[in-house]
Amino acid sequence: MDALIHARGLTKQFGSITAVAGIDLDVTRGEAFGFLGPNGAGKSSTMRMIGCVSPPSGGTLRILGLDPVKDGSAIRGRLGVVPQADTLDNELTVKENLVIYGRYFGLSRADVRKRADELLEFVQLSERADSKVEPLSGGMKRRLTIARALVNDPEVLLLDEPTTGLDPQARHVVWDRLFRLKQRGVTLILTTHYMDEAEQLCDRLVVMDGGTIAAEGSPLELIREYSTREVVELRFAGEAPEIGEDAFGDLVQRVEVLPDRLLLYTDDGDALVPVAHERLHPQSVLVRRSTLEDVFLRLTGRTLVD
Amino acid sequence: MEYSLRAYEYWLTVYRRVWRGTIMTSVLNPVLYLAAMGIGLGSIVKKQQLGLPYLDFVAPGLLAAVSMQVAAVESSFPVRGAIKWNRQYFAMLATPLRVGHLVAGHLLYVSTRVLVSVCLYLAALAAFGALHSWYAILTIPLSLLIGLAFAAPISALSAYADEEVFNPLFRFIVMPMFLFSGTFFPVTRIPHGLREIAYATPLWNGVDLARHLTLGGPTLWRSLAHVAYLLLWVVVGVWLARIAYRKKLVT
Ligand SMILES: Nc1ncnc2c1ncn2[C@@H]1O[C@H](COP(=O)(O)OP(=O)(O)O)[C@@H](O)[C@H]1O
Ligand SMILES: [Mg+2]
Repeated sequence: MDALIHARGLTKQFGSITAVAGIDLDVTRGEAFGFLGPNGAGKSSTMRMIGCVSPPSGGTLRILGLDPVKDGSAIRGRLGVVPQADTLDNELTVKENLVIYGRYFGLSRADVRKRADELLEFVQLSERADSKVEPLSGGMKRRLTIARALVNDPEVLLLDEPTTGLDPQARHVVWDRLFRLKQRGVTLILTTHYMDEAEQLCDRLVVMDGGTIAAEGSPLELIREYSTREVVELRFAGEAPEIGEDAFGDLVQRVEVLPDRLLLYTDDGDALVPVAHERLHPQSVLVRRSTLEDVFLRLTGRTLVD
Repeated sequence: MEYSLRAYEYWLTVYRRVWRGTIMTSVLNPVLYLAAMGIGLGSIVKKQQLGLPYLDFVAPGLLAAVSMQVAAVESSFPVRGAIKWNRQYFAMLATPLRVGHLVAGHLLYVSTRVLVSVCLYLAALAAFGALHSWYAILTIPLSLLIGLAFAAPISALSAYADEEVFNPLFRFIVMPMFLFSGTFFPVTRIPHGLREIAYATPLWNGVDLARHLTLGGPTLWRSLAHVAYLLLWVVVGVWLARIAYRKKLVT
């Protein structure tokens, strides 16, 4: 196996705060790998260590077979980075931002201009090439940051919350571009707190919480391992009634009580619905398939996006 | 060095958009001062009090002060901005560039700005007839040295502290230095106690050396002492800047 990222017991301390508390990772070439977790889980801290801009506090980390502390500069030359907060210069034009970034990698002026035009085409910003960055929408800025991260033709693309704060259309445009990159064989490593994003883009992901990895696998594996096939959601007019784990016997494996609803985890939703109706008199009933959100709820006892 | 030039290119890209405005402030201001002080005020200052026309006296002082001012301005808000507002330093550090290249690239840019301002200013001086020695050519490298003696420590401060420091920095350090470091009158007119403070400023060292150069006949030892003292500010400043940049940017 060609491990592009290899970490064992990786930690990151900020004074007394432990942002990353000893994680193990292996990401292979061509993979789309995700970190799913709530705010403060340690996703960005991990990404910044992988991006060789933040020295690890402990453990081992190898990127592209190299040591990030000793060979940081050489490694960064082969990575593309989309940080959580954009680092574009608002006073410069879209194209100037791309060109100067390419120059940081040592590309010649002629090469970088050509490359900039191709990339602007790719992220659908060609018409805005000579506009300042300032007035661009959030989605456009994000696409520009993605284009910028591709200027050095990186082997690995690191994306920290690529679509947070974007409207649904803008998110779909970004997903579409990332999907194309994945098809071209670029290794994608991304963080998100959207389960749909993780499900759409990631071949494999880890659920991160409190600086540790709670689970690892493909979206399907995680759902199979940590959740049931189906979920029956019961909504009530007032507060959801308190019921025990075994209130429905073998029919229900697990119960989650949320402020406004009850989640019954079951392998047979159709059989459960009439029973639940009769016993609890909910206002409405919904049967759906398990998602990563349910996995997350099971592992951490919290919902992902609050 | 090559990597530092890449960081330098960023600042030039930004400068390309704003150079018209800065030419006004960094050249027109000293020329106005020169006209008002050197010619206006100079006409009522008796020549025998200084032993030379006031214009000749004030011109090299302003040259040193211009170097300081351009360097101070370009090392304050731009550095803070690259860390806090547009965060371009973080963009640079995601590429093969390292902290040392960021510091060097920025100082190269400040040097460029100082150089351009001082050359234009020297041209104005020549036009006013205030240059009397070929040594005056040496004020060009001197202005770089003065500029860096300010740019290096100020960029360390700008990286380290919040932008609230800029107001006191300019009001209580740069401005008094501008007025009392021998720019407009000899520091020997300042009472003892305060005079020693003036001698310790990098600006006075620059002013004194510039004055010897434009008026002719610098003494070698005194000149070397000024150069060494200014170099010390550069070296310590660069060292502090690297520490401050690293502390703020590599976490
Ligand atoms: N530069 C920093 N200094 C101090 N604490 C930090 C710093 N960066 C992150 N943290 C802390 O580390 C923890 C993890 O943060 P982060 O990695 O940003 O999580 P996530 O990206 O999953 O939201 C948080 O408690 C955060 O406050
Ligand atoms: Mg984050």
